[in-house]
Amino acid sequence: MFNQFSRWQKILIPVISVILGLIVGAIVMLVSGYNPIEGYTALLSGSLGEGFYIGETVRQITPYIFAGLAVAFAFRTGLFNIGVEGQLLVGWVASVWVGLAFDLPKVIHLPMAILAGAVAGALWAFIPGLLKAKLRVHEVIVTIMMNYIALHLCNYLVRYVISDEQNTTDRVPESASLKSPFFETLTEFSTMHYGIFLALAAAIIYFVVLEKTTTGFELRSVGFNQHASEYAGMNVNRNIILSMVISGAFAGLGGAMEGLGTFGYGFIHGAFSGVGFDGIAVALLGGNVASGIILAAALFGILKQGALIMPLQSGVPTELVEIVIAIIIFFVASSYIIAYLLQRLRKGAK
Amino acid sequence: MDVLTAFEILVKSMLFASAPLIFTALGGVFSERSGVVNIGLEGLMVIGAFAAVVFNITFASALGGATPWVALLIAMIIGGLFSLLHAVASVSFRADQVVSGVAINFLALGLGVYLIKDWYGAGQTPKIPVPFYYERIPLLYDIPIIGPILFNNYLTSYLAIFVAIIAWFVLFKTPFGLRLRSVGEHPMAADTMGINVFKMRYIAVVLSGVFGGLGGGVYAQTITQDFSAGTITGQGFIALAAVIFGKWHPLGAMGAALFFGLAQSLAIIGSSFPLLADVPNWILLSAPYILTILALAGFIGRADAPKANGQPYIKGSR
Repeated sequence: MFNQFSRWQKILIPVISVILGLIVGAIVMLVSGYNPIEGYTALLSGSLGEGFYIGETVRQITPYIFAGLAVAFAFRTGLFNIGVEGQLLVGWVASVWVGLAFDLPKVIHLPMAILAGAVAGALWAFIPGLLKAKLRVHEVIVTIMMNYIALHLCNYLVRYVISDEQNTTDRVPESASLKSPFFETLTEFSTMHYGIFLALAAAIIYFVVLEKTTTGFELRSVGFNQHASEYAGMNVNRNIILSMVISGAFAGLGGAMEGLGTFGYGFIHGAFSGVGFDGIAVALLGGNVASGIILAAALFGILKQGALIMPLQSGVPTELVEIVIAIIIFFVASSYIIAYLLQRLRKGAK
Repeated sequence: MDVLTAFEILVKSMLFASAPLIFTALGGVFSERSGVVNIGLEGLMVIGAFAAVVFNITFASALGGATPWVALLIAMIIGGLFSLLHAVASVSFRADQVVSGVAINFLALGLGVYLIKDWYGAGQTPKIPVPFYYERIPLLYDIPIIGPILFNNYLTSYLAIFVAIIAWFVLFKTPFGLRLRSVGEHPMAADTMGINVFKMRYIAVVLSGVFGGLGGGVYAQTITQDFSAGTITGQGFIALAAVIFGKWHPLGAMGAALFFGLAQSLAIIGSSFPLLADVPNWILLSAPYILTILALAGFIGRADAPKANGQPYIKGSR
């Protein structure tokens, strides 16, 4: 969505958006009678202040990277995948299911469980991709609807299929677990797990596939101009489906990280975890490039994790961070007006 | 359970579950007919529920029986004001309308829960003192058999159906409605004819906020009777589904909302019906969403969006 902007604008707009978001957050704190400096200090110490908090923050960043990559991958092909939330859920449940159903050595079991998450997410995204490619049905609506179908289906599976009418499944055995005793002792027993390596690897794969392969070129080309791509002999429909499937696979992997790492089990969700929706913000803020997504995911991980400590240390309710994130999304989305103002400023200076 | 009791439970729960959906879906129809996609319906319901609940708790002792009605008015005003954000971003700032809608959802929930925690010291408000109650309609209630079923419900349910008919009249039988629709189909043509595209879109988006707020207010004051992060969980998206399933038509959206309300109530009480006891309840819970996808795919009649839906209008561009 930044195609029409110059390079420096592409970097400046997200940075300005974040600053504006934090300023609005400070104003909200001031108006409701809190000290914004205390609030943000608490946020920082709650996310980076101690080994335990750093571990928790890294753990929070992991699914954000996957969700951001998922949204961004579809974006680059001109598709808006709001269904990351649902794809993440089915990936979560599928990975836990495989983790519980088999008894295998870890070298086979863990990759298999992770792969199950990716496949489930990919399948869930395949449906909107197919409908878009074959019937020109708008993917935004279909993916939103698929989110809720996933929520209800997964809750049903957890309750009646994977567990014996319980609200949670059993824990996945050690052979399918991403848990890391090494990181746990390193970070004073946080829930940090090996998933962060997979997330970083996924970001590299994202970069290589999109920027260095013919497939990636075709996908991006379809995103720029479908008609020109078609005229150049590319199969637009195939690329639309492929883009959704890969996007869904990233999302499903994010779910597997939660299922096999953070929690180690599946449970009944009353509402969405929100990671998938935050992924939209991560992708937008990261400018849909791998390095930007990692940075944006880190920012959101810090905000989300730090927010949990804010009520204890400064009295500020956790939801302040939701407000800040919403404002950041508003400003990134309204990048046209920021770019316009930047240009005016520049002209004024001359 | 005999047939009549079953029928009574079904009709009543359908009417009360669908009223908030009808209001919100009507908001969606106005916004999308003018060419502005509104994913933020969920957030608008959240802010409406928040406003209605807080007002109800604060002013119940002063206003007495009129409280929930005044609270609905407040919810409409707050919803309308809140939707201005979406209007400014998507009409004036040319933001991606889907992204702006997502931001609305985040902001509404964040702001609502933040303020609740700040004001009440907990993530959940107390129960509202004066909720809506079932009301008997004089005379009509005395009709044998159907009277007690159809004319002993929340007044808001009748209001929803009545407002849907008015919305249909406004959209399809008045010059204002024609202008609003033309702006959503072909903004440039409308602009050439002297219609102020920006103004029409602003009005439409604010109307969606007013209706979304009303829907949220009705939901909170009939069904949950308090406000927390879990008050509105997906009702806004069901309303969005109703907009599409109803083919962007006020009466269609009303029908779809009634049907989705029925599906929701079946999911809750379905197990007491012999025929439905064997259907896994996730299918009933997901029915609105599955049907909407099928409708979009053309399996249940073709659903075509307004032509310029989702595109910002930039003066002078072709």
